[in-house]
Amino acid sequence: MASPPNRPARLLRRFTLTERVLHWTHASAFLVMLATGLILYLPILSTWISRRNLVKNVHLGTALAWAVAIALVFALGNRRALRAAWREVERIDRDDRRWLSLRRARQGRFNAGQKVNVILTVAFALLFALSGFFLWLGERDHRFIFAGTGTVHDLLTFASVGLLAGHLYLALIHPTTRHALRGITTGEVDADWAKKHHAKWVEETGA
Amino acid sequence: MDRDRLIGRAGFLGLLGAGAAGLFYAKDVTGLLDRAVPRTVSALVPTSGWRIYTVADTMPSLDPATYRLTIDGLVEAPVSLSLADLEAMPRAEQVSDFHCVTGWSVNDVHWAGVRIADVLERVGAVEGLGGLRFVSAEAPYDDSLSLEQALLPDVMLAYEMDGEPISRPHGAPVRLVMPRMYGYKSVKWVSRIELNTAPQAGFWEQHGYDADAWIGKSNGISA
Repeated sequence: MASPPNRPARLLRRFTLTERVLHWTHASAFLVMLATGLILYLPILSTWISRRNLVKNVHLGTALAWAVAIALVFALGNRRALRAAWREVERIDRDDRRWLSLRRARQGRFNAGQKVNVILTVAFALLFALSGFFLWLGERDHRFIFAGTGTVHDLLTFASVGLLAGHLYLALIHPTTRHALRGITTGEVDADWAKKHHAKWVEETGA
Repeated sequence: MDRDRLIGRAGFLGLLGAGAAGLFYAKDVTGLLDRAVPRTVSALVPTSGWRIYTVADTMPSLDPATYRLTIDGLVEAPVSLSLADLEAMPRAEQVSDFHCVTGWSVNDVHWAGVRIADVLERVGAVEGLGGLRFVSAEAPYDDSLSLEQALLPDVMLAYEMDGEPISRPHGAPVRLVMPRMYGYKSVKWVSRIELNTAPQAGFWEQHGYDADAWIGKSNGISA
């Protein structure tokens, strides 16, 4: 919500630099792997773009770069902040359960939908990496071709596209949530907006 | 750990467990997609089971009327065969399954074409033949079989698939069919067969694929 024009907006710090770098590292690698993955998977794109070996190498190279970059964020970043964020995300309290059953409830720094989104995103990333690794290894050594590797990778793709579509809608279009984009880019959000949508968090920070 | 936090943790670990188990137990869902997805979308998402993989800049488009299959190497003289020449040779038919190394399969594909033995008899191969290199019109794709493998009773140069001339995405007008090995051995758009003393590493094998392409038991598939 915009502040009245002649009063400067009071800002609250919502995300540390480490959290923001983790978000954008994962987001950019995911988008490259989604684009190349769809070219490898969808018949209409695979025959139009062709050059399978090149596209595959970009996909696999990005996967490797993603793993290294994520490891660097954990190695060099603010691990305490990351641990704290994960603790918040895992805790689905009474208010969150009310919120998830579509009733009104005061929310913390992450609302319950955002918590579910983080849990799904982290689980999907790990499963993408696991199934992708075995797709890669299976080609090299056929003893590692398992019955469902490709199916798991494909289903993760479908689920992730759905999750991404919802995430983009809420982050870019939906009027009451799109202010959050500011938080994940600059780290700070408008205090009035936060009071309205993340009341429990604002209370805890004592602002 | 408090009960509230257990909820998120259980959901997270449950997802990971289900996904990991899925590597071994998940079934191919292309059949389900075929039923779930409307006709207009089915051209976009793989529903027939087949996926089309091409490595060159564009997919080859060969005119059956002017198509030539060159056979050279260990022959008395190089031979060039038209599609009509191949069709005039003894016709072989088979129903076999097709397994891709990336995990998908298509069962009960009906193929018609010529056996390699009949091709070799026609061109008059010379002593010392040990490997056949199938060169695709889709440069630089190629792959080799040993003579023994090429003479197996279910290996053929196919010109028909499921009762129709082979379509462009499936390797028109002539492709190799080697059902006991993963699909990267079954070269599409075959334009040349080079007869050698021994098989050589093919395109994907040079890019890290297992040289032992026999379909194994690890994935529940038996040839």
